[in-house]
Amino acid sequence: MLRLPPFQYVRPGTLHEAVGILASEGGKAVLMAGGTDLLPRMKHRVAALEVVVAIRALRELRGIWGDPRQGLVIGAASTLAEVCSHPAIRQGYEVLSLAAAQVATPQIRNMGTIGGNLCLDTRCSYYDMPYTWRKAMGFCLKKNGDTCLVAPGSTRCWAVSSSDLAPVLMALDGRVRLVGPRGERVVPVEELYRDDGIRYLNKEPAEILTEVLLPPLDGWKAAYWKVRRRGSFDFPVLSLAVAVRQDEGGHIADARLILGAVRSSPLRVREAEEALRGEKLEPGIMEVVCELASRAARPVENTDFTVLWRKRMVKVFLRRALGTFA
Amino acid sequence: MPRLVRLHVNGQVHEVFTPPHRTLLELLREDLGLTGTKHGCELGECGACTVLVDGRPILACLALAVEVEGAEILTVEGLGRPGNLHPLQEAFMEVGALQCGYCTPGFLLSAKALLDQNPAPSRQEIHEALSGNLCRCTGYLRIVQAVERAAVKAR
Ligand SMILES: Cc1cc2nc3c(=O)[nH]c(=O)nc-3n(C[C@H](O)[C@H](O)[C@H](O)COP(=O)(O)OP(=O)(O)OC[C@H]3O[C@@H](n4cnc5c(N)ncnc54)[C@H](O)[C@@H]3O)c2cc1C
Ligand code: SF4
Ligand code: FES
Ligand code: FES
Repeated sequence: MLRLPPFQYVRPGTLHEAVGILASEGGKAVLMAGGTDLLPRMKHRVAALEVVVAIRALRELRGIWGDPRQGLVIGAASTLAEVCSHPAIRQGYEVLSLAAAQVATPQIRNMGTIGGNLCLDTRCSYYDMPYTWRKAMGFCLKKNGDTCLVAPGSTRCWAVSSSDLAPVLMALDGRVRLVGPRGERVVPVEELYRDDGIRYLNKEPAEILTEVLLPPLDGWKAAYWKVRRRGSFDFPVLSLAVAVRQDEGGHIADARLILGAVRSSPLRVREAEEALRGEKLEPGIMEVVCELASRAARPVENTDFTVLWRKRMVKVFLRRALGTFA
Repeated sequence: MPRLVRLHVNGQVHEVFTPPHRTLLELLREDLGLTGTKHGCELGECGACTVLVDGRPILACLALAVEVEGAEILTVEGLGRPGNLHPLQEAFMEVGALQCGYCTPGFLLSAKALLDQNPAPSRQEIHEALSGNLCRCTGYLRIVQAVERAAVKAR
């Protein structure tokens, strides 16, 4: 059996209490919602923590409210299955429901939460491995070691942002509420991330993500495409979230384009968004935009499939994604 | 620190002293002797450990036993017994939906959750409901056929 290391388990009764425990335990404590990302990492001994703070049952993190006219609030401990099937999301924000339905497997979607999905650890084929494997291979920067095995000589870690929902929520202009010892703040999803495989979140360890907030749809249409080897189980090796707002003549008034799984944070391609503005979705402009996105994507050799293929697929899948609006 | 947990498994209440870092899978197999729930990858990547918690399929290898206290847990032992098999179990035997059988308990429970929700699923819906279970020897066609047959039987 692949066993978990011993830890202390606490189940705070309120959000306030949870923040207090995180603040007083310092770096020794970690949050657990569904545990589908944390527990495999603990089994691999890449997450070695003494106190697990279980927050799945916290009332303050539960529930989904709203509709596409007023906007939507999603409690961070909502499971991915709840996100997939909620009527307001299926009808109003269908792209989110479809993206959530592509995460992992049905069992994992019954356990994993939207908050855990946004805070998911970055991934790398040299890191998501058992302890004995990593020891034999030589440890790396992200855990126990002092060199990067993908890019030797690099002083940073290139582990990949692999959340399916982060790019989609960015395309929908989502924000998150963070509650910590020094109060609460609301930040755009984009600002939650840093392009650093080790410190990939722009938040203090004692801050808890409590809600995801989506603005009214207001004429925006969005699409999400995920590339992976199998139609189930697998994390994305490339993903694309695109949202556009078109005028009656089909000209693009505004656009958002985000690539997932090509860096340590989701990558917003602003130059491609700029190029789309004022244009109609015709082959010429699609080529320009695909070229810009493909140039921005610089994946490294640390997931399934080769770097060259993943980079080539940026154009192929972006053309398909844009095609859904044409 | 071990603590006392009360688990409702297959309609029976069990009280077990367990440290919090024990998974539901370890507790079922090692403390309760319910070895019908299999351990494959123990990392969420195969579905062999699938059990139902309040009617929904989850992975026992990624659930802490302390976190499912109070919930109704169903394992393959509670699905049917020799002489009184569940229609799914009969259909799996009739169709030949297993070879080594290691993946079977997990498939049976994912399929049960589906049929409880949707008594007449389409082939596509069956594919989706079983998409978190891997089989390394039988292949999936017979398994899907067995679920279709069980759905007809149960009607
Ligand atoms: C086999 C397998 C396949 C998978 N495939 C995919 C996939 O295709 N796409 C994908 O996106 N994910 C995938 N996952 C990862 C994971 O299952 C999901 O991302 C899931 O949504 C994580 O949620 P959780 O509640 O289980 O997270 P947890 O494991 O509970 O937490 C994950 C991290 O987030 C932190 N955290 C959790 N909640 C909060 C909060 N409210 N505030 C602050 N920090 C928090 C935790 O401390 C932890 O570091 C897969 C996992 C497995 C095992
Ligand atoms: S990118 Fe480099 S440092 Fe980061 S996890 Fe992979 S091998 Fe380790
Ligand atoms: S043993 Fe739980 S998913 Fe493989
Ligand atoms: S019957 Fe052997 S793994 Fe499925």
